[in-house]
Amino acid sequence: MSEVIVVTSGKGGVGKTTTTANVGTGLAMMHKKVVLIDTDIGLRNLDVVMGLENRIVYNLVDVVEGYCRMKQALIMDKRYDNLFLLPSAQTRDKTAVSPEQMKKLTDELREEFDYILLDCPAGIEQGFKNAIAGADRALIVTTPEVAAIRDADRIIGLLEANEIRKIDLVINRIRMDLVKRGDMMTNDDVIEILAVSLIGAVPDDENIVIAANQGEPLVGNDTLAGQAYMNIVRRVMGEEVPFLDLDSGSGFFARLLKRFGMK
Amino acid sequence: MSVFDLFRKKNSGSIAKDRLKLLLVSDRASCSPEIMEAIKNDIIQVISKYMEIDAEGLDIQITQTECEGSEGKVPALFANIPIKDIRK
Repeated sequence: MSEVIVVTSGKGGVGKTTTTANVGTGLAMMHKKVVLIDTDIGLRNLDVVMGLENRIVYNLVDVVEGYCRMKQALIMDKRYDNLFLLPSAQTRDKTAVSPEQMKKLTDELREEFDYILLDCPAGIEQGFKNAIAGADRALIVTTPEVAAIRDADRIIGLLEANEIRKIDLVINRIRMDLVKRGDMMTNDDVIEILAVSLIGAVPDDENIVIAANQGEPLVGNDTLAGQAYMNIVRRVMGEEVPFLDLDSGSGFFARLLKRFGMK
Repeated sequence: MSVFDLFRKKNSGSIAKDRLKLLLVSDRASCSPEIMEAIKNDIIQVISKYMEIDAEGLDIQITQTECEGSEGKVPALFANIPIKDIRK
């Protein structure tokens, strides 16, 4: 059975697109047939994060308006032939598509794919309404900051009002050094405030910037963020996976080794 | 160490958490007009089973109120329901 997942946050710049790219690629690595849809009409980014920006011919709006067939607009990933991207239109705006059309589009894709991931634009306007129209479940991305969490809370309320009951939280850009000295909220703090289940905790890792520069998601590689994203993938598929120790670089042994000048 | 350092004990993570808790109480309290309308209609239905009320004059709103056993204020739903006839 296929699942339509919307990746949303309310606030911009917290990592929706990065999360969509990595979770989607990870699901494809687990041999699922996956399509990523960029629903941010007018401001597309998912194509560049995936490194597929040079292959776009048709887009979401072309499909909805009937200028091309779905198959013509879907771009196959460079590394995985079971992963596809439906890019957004760059020269149109969010009113070009309606929630009803998006629902129809996702229903059509259900027949072909195991997972349909929607990268939602920031905000709670029409772009958001379009993105959630056909979704079964939601991944809320937030950072441990007041503004991002406040917006996440608003989004959770709106999702519930739209009968999307399966809502999971990804806490992104965690800085363990700040958490340890008490200058960043802990995961437990964030969960307590938002009262939703945690599906992933991703550290603030420079490798994410490097991966985005190269246009290749880092999910599954040996970086801390790559592992954190792979764990999210497995949890999305229903596996129970323990949470990573994000502090591995400064744990007891690391400190001990450092003290003896071995590191 | 000065006396002022005693007041600076609280680190910024817990300040953020406390601010958020307060912020979300007021954010959540202002429910969407559609939800308020739905609550209002449900209240009218329930009360109307037992007495005749003035549905036009009914007013509901979410405000803050003091509560025993909890610090500060908590959100409360206030409903003003004018009764036309106590017996149906």
